[in-house]
Order: sequence, then structure tokens, then C-alpha cells
Amino acid sequence: MTSSILSSLMGGVLIGTSALLLLWLSGRIAGVSGIVGGIMTAPPSDRAWRLAFLVGLALGGAALLLVAPDTLPDQLPAPWPVIVLGGLLVGYGARGANGCTSGHGVCGLGRRSPRSLVAVVVFMTTGVLTALFLRPLLIGAAS
Amino acid sequence: MNVITSLLVGLLFAIGLGVSGMTLPENVLAFLTLRDPGLLFTMGGASAVTLLGFPLILRRDRPVHGLRFMLPTRRDIDRPLVVGAAIFGVGWGLVGLCPGPALTAMAGGSPEVFLFVAAMFAGMFSHRLLSE
Repeated sequence: MTSSILSSLMGGVLIGTSALLLLWLSGRIAGVSGIVGGIMTAPPSDRAWRLAFLVGLALGGAALLLVAPDTLPDQLPAPWPVIVLGGLLVGYGARGANGCTSGHGVCGLGRRSPRSLVAVVVFMTTGVLTALFLRPLLIGAAS
Repeated sequence: MNVITSLLVGLLFAIGLGVSGMTLPENVLAFLTLRDPGLLFTMGGASAVTLLGFPLILRRDRPVHGLRFMLPTRRDIDRPLVVGAAIFGVGWGLVGLCPGPALTAMAGGSPEVFLFVAAMFAGMFSHRLLSE
């Protein structure tokens, strides 16, 4: 338990540090859904750095696969209809709210943005309610 | 320069997600079902760093490789923000993945992660179509 709290904290510090680096060097907010969503919508001159961020995530994933493969899931804890529904809602909702756990959570709280604070409280609340009540129901119905 | 920066930042970001355990949906769901406080420490650690660091960085006139800081300016709480965040939370609570961990986890080669990411992009795209 202690080691998992320590690794949770260390991981968080690394994530926060990467957000600092992106703001300091490029002047950008490290919000994953905003960066990736912009690959489709941003002007062409504004797309290369977004793609590069995506490649960086993939390379980071590859590094994890080499060094600590058990940090990457082999399977997801839901049947496929629930996986599809979850993916659709995450993508749609993140664009609707203009941010997800990284943009509103990590960066928005750091900027003391009232919009981000509201977004974090709302998605934490619906996330907890869904995981506690809706998820068991849907998984029961889909399997 | 910004391309190299964001590549390296993406890499560090993904490694941070792996170290924190958030690339595993089981850990996220354990937090969301109030069984494990881990994600609180991850979010807390990450936002503590940005809370302390962002004000120092924003004392500069501009970023190291750019003309100005590209920051969101809106401060109003509107309906799309609340509705979008609520919908996002439901999807997050169903599977235990959000965009960063999902894209990072693709390196593991799990077909189910690819299915989630494909659905996520479809969700992003449908938001764009519906809001036009």
C-alpha cells in the first residue's frame, strides 16, 4: 500500500513536470483530448506538434512495454459493447467539456481555472456513480 | 523545436502515467469505487507541481520557443462544460480509461484497447459533426 501510494505520487509528479515543460518551452497546455482532438480540427501549421505528442505517448508506452510490461493492460475489465460505449462517451464528453483529466485536472487546477474545477468535480462525481452503480448493471446485462 | 519538445513531453507524460498505475483500468476503477486512494495522490501530485510551477513560468513574457502562451481564457461555467464533463465521467467510470492512458496503453497491443481508442475518436468526431 505504501509503495503504491508512493508510485501514484511519483507518477503524478512526472505528469505535472511534463505539463510544466510543455508550457515553459512551447507555451501549450498539456491536455490530451485537446491536443489529439486538434489533429483533426486545427489549422495545418498547428498539427505537427500535436502529432508529435501522440508519437511521444506511443513511445512512452513502448518504453513501459520494455521495462514494466505489467503496467499495460492485456484486456479491459468490460465486455466489448461496454468498451465501445465507454470510448464514445469519453471522446464526446472530453470535446464537449473542452478537456479531460489532463487538461482540466492537471493543468486547469494548476491555472486555478474555475471552469476546470467545475469540470473535475462533475466528472469525478459521475465517474464514481457510474463505477459504483451503472457499470455493474451494464456489465451484467452485456455478458 | 516545438515538435521535439512535444514528442519528449508526450514520452515523459506516458511514463508518468505508467509509474502512477493509471494505465491499468483496474486501478482507476478501484479509485472510482472508493476502494483505493491512489489516483488522488496522482492527481494531487500532478496538480501540486502545476500549481507551484505555472505561476513561475507565466512570469515570462513568452515561452522559450514561441511568441506567446496559448492559454484558455474563458472563465464562465456554461452548459456544454457541465454536460460534457458529466458524459466524460460516465465513460471513464464504465471502462476505467481516459484519453492519455488509453493512447499510452495501445503500445501493449491489446485489441480491446484499440477498440476503446477507435470508439473514443469516433466520439470526438461525432461531437465535431453535431456541433457544426
